[in-house]
Amino acid sequence: MEVQLIKIEKRNDVSRSIYLLTPILAIFLTLFGGGIIFFALGFNPIEALKFFFITPISDLYGLSELLLKATPLCLIAIGLSFCFKSNNWNIGAEGQLIFGGIVGGGVALLFYNHDGFYVLPIIIVSGAVGGMVFAMIPAILKTFFNTNEILVSLMLVYVAKLLLDYLVVGPWSNPEGFNFPETRQFSASARMPILFDGLRIHAGIFITLVTVFLSWIILYKTYLGFQIKVSGLSLKTANYAGYKGKIMIIIVFMISGACAGIAGVGEITGPIGQLHRNISPDYGFTAIIVAFLGRLNPVGIIFASLIVALTYLGAETAQIFLQIPKYTGQVFQGMILFFLLASDYLLFFKIKFLGLKKNDI
Amino acid sequence: MIFDLNFFGMLIGAIMASSVPLILAASGELITERSGVLNLGVEGMMIVGAISGFALMVLTDNLFLAVIGSMLSGLIISSIFGFLTQTLFTNHVASGLALTIFGIGISAMIGKNFVGIPGKDFPLLLVNLRESIPFLGPILFGHSIILYVAFALPFATNYFLKKTKLGLIVRAVGDSPVSASNQGINVALVRYSCILYGGAMCGLAGAYLSLIYTPQWIENMTAGRGWIALALVVFATWSPLKVLAGAIIFGGVTIMQLHLQAIGLRIPVQLLSALPYIMTIIVLVVISRDSRKIKLNTPTSLGQIFYKEK
Repeated sequence: MEVQLIKIEKRNDVSRSIYLLTPILAIFLTLFGGGIIFFALGFNPIEALKFFFITPISDLYGLSELLLKATPLCLIAIGLSFCFKSNNWNIGAEGQLIFGGIVGGGVALLFYNHDGFYVLPIIIVSGAVGGMVFAMIPAILKTFFNTNEILVSLMLVYVAKLLLDYLVVGPWSNPEGFNFPETRQFSASARMPILFDGLRIHAGIFITLVTVFLSWIILYKTYLGFQIKVSGLSLKTANYAGYKGKIMIIIVFMISGACAGIAGVGEITGPIGQLHRNISPDYGFTAIIVAFLGRLNPVGIIFASLIVALTYLGAETAQIFLQIPKYTGQVFQGMILFFLLASDYLLFFKIKFLGLKKNDI
Repeated sequence: MIFDLNFFGMLIGAIMASSVPLILAASGELITERSGVLNLGVEGMMIVGAISGFALMVLTDNLFLAVIGSMLSGLIISSIFGFLTQTLFTNHVASGLALTIFGIGISAMIGKNFVGIPGKDFPLLLVNLRESIPFLGPILFGHSIILYVAFALPFATNYFLKKTKLGLIVRAVGDSPVSASNQGINVALVRYSCILYGGAMCGLAGAYLSLIYTPQWIENMTAGRGWIALALVVFATWSPLKVLAGAIIFGGVTIMQLHLQAIGLRIPVQLLSALPYIMTIIVLVVISRDSRKIKLNTPTSLGQIFYKEK
């Protein structure tokens, strides 16, 4: 005889506490899954997880590196949250980051050996405009030609990477650089101010925090934010209410592209200090996970960016101490998203544990 | 002689070879999408297929096992996506992205020990005919068995969708899961099968890259081909034969840019390498401009979650 131990029911309303708790559940499940992978690779799982998640942030330098990596992740994810909330799938933030970096970097090279307080702001703004323009390509093609924004924004990532490669190998390469694929080191006026001596954390973190605050205001306190949310929930309703859906698409892409562009500038004027082939360890893609893990909520995204930044650091530490490739970070990031999506099941369904009753036996 | 017929034959043969991974992956994804499921994990499944095939080839020294293993690994990794979207009713776009990120990570992790190992010669069929017949020889002969399978696949897919009962069921599930379900069709089962089939085909596409096309393991060696395959399905307006045509065009662009690079044209290499991606965008714009045409052919329930009250 079949005994039913659990019963699954559809929930009528989504509970807010579960909505906020499932990301935490997802993180625990990821740790568990990571432990299994480490075990399969022949490591003591507890030890390996300690190397991955505790060792990197057990000193001041580690903590500052965590903030350094969370800065661009958080910024890009904030921008993406505008797109995702309105059901626009911008997955090409990596390309927008690179293009913003190219434009900002070009301006930085233009101001080579040039002093002045205005240099850095000009670079930052031009990077933002660069990212914005690059993000407008999929947005405009979507609004006017009905083109799939997922595919276009993604194809542009490859185009941006190749453009960067062309520039640093060819016309922008350092004239005294022995043909290395890199530009000159930017002058001091074009670099983000370092916050503490000996650490790499720079002023870009303030840009991120201000953006978080502004986006919270836009999303929750303005009419524009309301329109974005409504068109995400139902495009029909939005059109019925008279919102200009097409312009909305372009606006959210512009916001998102500008954020990614600034993140790119933050990298090249911050820790890197020049343009070369790899200005981003896939921050633009990882930020997609950050946005989801943070529930597309500005405050949630701050926490999520710290957690995901830890997977970058952990992967580096694990590479040094355990000799496992740094791609374990990506495996963890993929798992977080898998488990987060899976635990969303609890949002919509109730699982009741019935237990064994006497007449079942 | 200016028009060297044999050279053109070789050129066409090379174009055919470079279109194989696109045909395989896009044909698989086409079936998945026809059942109403949008799996953006093509790139991830391909790269996992590429490393599994290569690793199995190195470990077992058996190419047959390697090919079968790559298909199985594509199938296994796509089952994660299937479980998420069909059993846990998750968002298709996000789940597919997670699959791609996970796939790229795990393939690099497994592949660490296989970097720099040379590949093995894959048996090519009727090589002597390739050399003895001018023009047609290099086109028709001297390819791997997988190429012939790939070129037959769109026709088989077309037949399957249009002429068989199972194909009708797949289309019905994609166009109206509710009616299909009311007819007694197990929608989740059909979609699971289509997802797994798509996964196996993407795995095979990856193995073609790492075993035959460029026989070695390089991190990220799929280089966006999975995404181009996804674009091809849209380009083909969900019709298998147009997938074949589109894949050949893309193969042509890839080969053309390689040849232009080789003859040392004064165009930056990077611009030529960007051509396939730029062309994807242009083609998407041209195809999607007519929104009615797209709407008419798109599986109606594509990417939507179907939940059946028990």
